[in-house]
Amino acid sequence: MSDELTQRFLNVIATVKRLPRETVTLDSSFEDLGIDSMDAVEILWALENEFDISIPDEQAKGVQSMRDMAEGVAQLVAAKAAGAASGE
Amino acid sequence: MGAICALGRNTGEFREALEAGRSGIAPIEQVDCSQFRFRNGAEVRGYTHAPHFEDRRADFLDRFAQFAVIAAREAAADAGVQWTPALRETTAIVTGSCLGGQNAQDAGFWEVYKKGGPRVHPLTIPRTMANAGASHISMEMGVTGPAFTVSTACASAGHAIGQAFWMVRSGAVEMAIAGGSEAPFSFGLLKAWEAMRVVSPETCRPFSRHRRGMILGEGAAMLVLEPLEAARARGARIHGELVGFGMSADASHLTQPSPDGAARAIRAALRDAGMAPEQVGYINAHGTGTAANDPTETAAIRAVFGAHADRLAVSSTKSMHGHALGAAAALEAVATAMALRDGVLPPTANFTEPDPECDLDVVPNCARRAEVEWALSNSFAFGGLNAVLALRRYS
Repeated sequence: MSDELTQRFLNVIATVKRLPRETVTLDSSFEDLGIDSMDAVEILWALENEFDISIPDEQAKGVQSMRDMAEGVAQLVAAKAAGAASGE
Repeated sequence: MGAICALGRNTGEFREALEAGRSGIAPIEQVDCSQFRFRNGAEVRGYTHAPHFEDRRADFLDRFAQFAVIAAREAAADAGVQWTPALRETTAIVTGSCLGGQNAQDAGFWEVYKKGGPRVHPLTIPRTMANAGASHISMEMGVTGPAFTVSTACASAGHAIGQAFWMVRSGAVEMAIAGGSEAPFSFGLLKAWEAMRVVSPETCRPFSRHRRGMILGEGAAMLVLEPLEAARARGARIHGELVGFGMSADASHLTQPSPDGAARAIRAALRDAGMAPEQVGYINAHGTGTAANDPTETAAIRAVFGAHADRLAVSSTKSMHGHALGAAAALEAVATAMALRDGVLPPTANFTEPDPECDLDVVPNCARRAEVEWALSNSFAFGGLNAVLALRRYS
C-alpha cells in the first residue's frame, strides 16, 4: 500500500468521524476511534467516493481492523487500475 | 413549552414577535427561488447547528430533527422536568411531521438524479425518517416510554398533541413531550408546492379580500403535558391547561376543505373539553390565507358558534410564522397558550381589507389585550384530516 493511499484513507476516516487527523492511524482500533455500525456505513460510502470504487457487502463484512480496511481498499484500487490498464 | 421558528429561537422571542404583530416572512435564503413563482418564506434565518449540536452529532440530524430537539430541550427545561428512571419509563414522546427530513432526502436524490453520482449518503434514511425528531428527543433525554410520530400533513402536530393529551389524561403515561417540527425548504419540495398553486407570490394575508395564498414556514414547538395535580404538586411553571381534543375526517376531497368536517372537529373538541360554544373567546385559526381555507373555516366557525361567532376573536398567526406544516399546530398551540396566559391575543398580520366571505373579528394587524379563559386552536390538513385543541387559561 502506498503512503499516499494510506494518507488518503486515514483522512477519510478522520473526516467522517470529525476526529483530529493525527489521532487516526492504521493501528487504531475501531473501539479507540468510537466507530459504530452507523459510522461504518458512512466510512464505506466515503471511501467509495474518495477512491471511486465499489466495496462489496461481503468484503466489507469481513473487515476487523483499520489495517484490514486499508488493505481491502488498496486491493480494489489496484484491481480498478489493472482493469483500466487492460482496457476493460 | 419550547419553540423555534421564523419569529424567534425560543418562546420568549416568539411571544414578543406575536405581540408586536411582526411577520417573519422574507425572501427565501435556503434555496435559490429566482425561477419560482414565489420568493418568500418564513425561515429560521441564519440558522446553523453550531450553538446547539456538536458537528458529529449534527451529521445525524436533518434540520427538522434539530428543530425538534431544540424545542424539546427548551420545553423540558422550562417545565423543570427532573428526570428519574421511573419518570423516563412513563413519559411519552409524540411528534408531528408532515415531510420528515426533506433536506437530507433532496440532497441524496440530487446526487444521483441530477449529478449522476453512483451513491447516496448512507445517513439519508435515518435523517429522512419522519420519526427522527421523536427518536433524537428520546435518546437525548433518555426517555424510554412510548414514542412515535404522527403524520397528517398540516394537522400533524395537532394530532400528535391530542394523542399525547389523551394518553396523559387516561393515565397511560405520567408525562408527555408533544409537538411537531418541519423544515420544508428543499428545492424539490418547493417545486412541488409551486405546482400546487397555493403559495402566495407576496405575503400571507389570511381572511383578507386580496389574500393570495399561503407562505411556507419552518420550525418546531414542543409542550410538556402532565396532569394538573402533578404539575401543581411539583411546583412547575404552568402555562395553561389543555382541556380537549377533537378530530374528524372530511371524507370528501383531497385538497378542497369541507366546512362540515371542520365543524365536526370543533364540536368534538368542545365536547371532549366539556365546554359550551359560548365559553370560547378566542380561536387560533388554521387560517392559511388560501382562497379555499379561509371562507371554509369561517363557515365552519359560524356553523358551530351561531351568533356567538360575532363575539369571539379569531386570528391566524400563520400570517407571521408562515405555514410550518407538521409543526404548525404546535407553534399555534404555544401561541394560543401564551395568549390566554398573558391576556394578549396575537393579530392576523398583513391584513388589508375584509372579505365578506370571512366576516369574523380577525384581530387585524394589532395584538389586542383581552382576558380570555377558553380558546381553540384549529388545524385542517390536506386529505381532509382535522384536529382541534381546546385550551383553558390556568389560574
